[in-house]
Amino acid sequence: MFAKQLTVFIENRTGRLSEVLSVLKDNGVNIISMSLADTTEFGLLRLIVDNATKGKEKLSENGFSSLLSDVSIIKIPHKVGALSQLLKVIDENGINIEYMYGLSVATEKAYVVLKASDTALVDEILTEQRIETLSCEDLARL
Amino acid sequence: MIWNETKECMSRDEMTALQSKRLVKLVDYVYHNVEFYRKKMQAVDLMPGDIKGIEDITKLPFTTKDDLRDNYPFGLFAVPNSEIVRIHASSGTTGKATVVGYTRKDLDIWSECVARCLSMANVGKDDIIQIAYGYGLFTGGLGAHSGAEKIGATVVPMSTGNSKKLTTMMVDFGATAIACTPSYLLHISEVLAAEGLLDKIKLRAAICGAEPWTEKMRHEIETRLNITAHDIYGLSEIMGPGVACDCQYHRGLHVCEDHFYPEILDTATLTPVGEGVTGELAFTTLTKEGIPLIRYRTKDLTSIDRSVCECGRSSARISRFKGRVDDMLIIRGVNVFPSQIEAALVDVEEVTPHYMMIVDRVNNLDTLEVQVELDQRYYTDEVRAIEALTKKITHVIQQALGLSAKVKIVEPQSLKRSEGKAVHVVDNRKLY
Repeated sequence: MFAKQLTVFIENRTGRLSEVLSVLKDNGVNIISMSLADTTEFGLLRLIVDNATKGKEKLSENGFSSLLSDVSIIKIPHKVGALSQLLKVIDENGINIEYMYGLSVATEKAYVVLKASDTALVDEILTEQRIETLSCEDLARL
Repeated sequence: MIWNETKECMSRDEMTALQSKRLVKLVDYVYHNVEFYRKKMQAVDLMPGDIKGIEDITKLPFTTKDDLRDNYPFGLFAVPNSEIVRIHASSGTTGKATVVGYTRKDLDIWSECVARCLSMANVGKDDIIQIAYGYGLFTGGLGAHSGAEKIGATVVPMSTGNSKKLTTMMVDFGATAIACTPSYLLHISEVLAAEGLLDKIKLRAAICGAEPWTEKMRHEIETRLNITAHDIYGLSEIMGPGVACDCQYHRGLHVCEDHFYPEILDTATLTPVGEGVTGELAFTTLTKEGIPLIRYRTKDLTSIDRSVCECGRSSARISRFKGRVDDMLIIRGVNVFPSQIEAALVDVEEVTPHYMMIVDRVNNLDTLEVQVELDQRYYTDEVRAIEALTKKITHVIQQALGLSAKVKIVEPQSLKRSEGKAVHVVDNRKLY
């Protein structure tokens, strides 16, 4: 199962990040998790929100381009070695991880957001291994 | 020191007579040898016999950079390739280069002109001169080189790109003169200062050109290095460096007008304006064999002074340049047209055709930043995709301009859209 991630390309300029965030705030789009990949020139703001489609639409109305992409949000136990165990499964199948970040929800379980070179294959493997992932609907309920 | 007193100090009447004689001969020559000019003259019912003297020059058609591009590569040559001994090229307004060819006699005249310019800077056979212009298709290196050999100086063909080697040799060889772009010389002065070599050099004269600079910059170079600096002007279409240069009085650049006839044109009407009035500079190559050009519009803005100079030379002087008629930029001595960037970006589908060029001068070296918008269709969530795109565009621009630029990908729709004439350039250097 995939979830939608909202990515916004932003130039490294003062105030740019908060402009994006205030558009989401003003439209009641809740940010569940985020990661900012930054370089000296630009940043890629990757967001997991409760309604990614709405987020994209509202950003667009306010002059921000964005992208929706499929990512796997994987539920893992809050214990030592759990993430390592997950990555082992992915590595064994020769899949490259493009990027990964944690999703912070205060429950007994932890979540990681993962984008792989082959998203469909990752999903297949996770299903096969009975590893729980979150869908867009799940996110809306979080 | 005057290299050729006969030509550089002749009376106005003698000069006019010489220019008239040469123009009549030139018009007959191009009519019979260059189809482009024959057709242009026929189109306005002009026969070579109609041009009886220099005063008739206004009857002749103009030549532009576009004409050179349209006749790429050799269409405007007046002689067969067997007579051409050298080719040079500079950037055109779009992808195609502007190509020029020289006969052996053209090269002789060129070195004669450079010799006159070096003499204005009091550089002679006892000097050791470093030529730090690029050698190659660009006229700077080889042009200055041959003139320096002609005066019998000891020529060190440094070319560009290695400041450390240049400063080391400047000290070790005891170089007394240098020819390079003014911004590069300022940079060199900083390298010398940083290495504590300023009091170890024997430099006394610099002949700088290939880009516009100000009097203020000239004074700064002179003070920093304790030398005299001279402004040499030229363009490959006409010859290369050596078309004009300023003497020790620095009151305008003496034009080698027995070879290159200068006109200043009103920018709106293209009719000649009077002395002291600013307009577009045009040249007619009075003696050139390979690619003779009639009333070539340089797009440089200047004015002319025909009074005799304190140095004794009577040759006409053009003032320091006051700008350009077109949007050409000179960045690190390289001619750059925004249209070249535009043409190069068309082939990169990941970006929109919108772009902005930011030109600046950092530590006395020109910098070029090209901002391009990411196309919505190629939006990505991966950093490396954007980095790969940046690299790709940098390469494409390097290929198109022969100049490295810093490429910056910006947000879609973020570059200013203008109504009417698009503004593609922000030049933060103050050159005019």
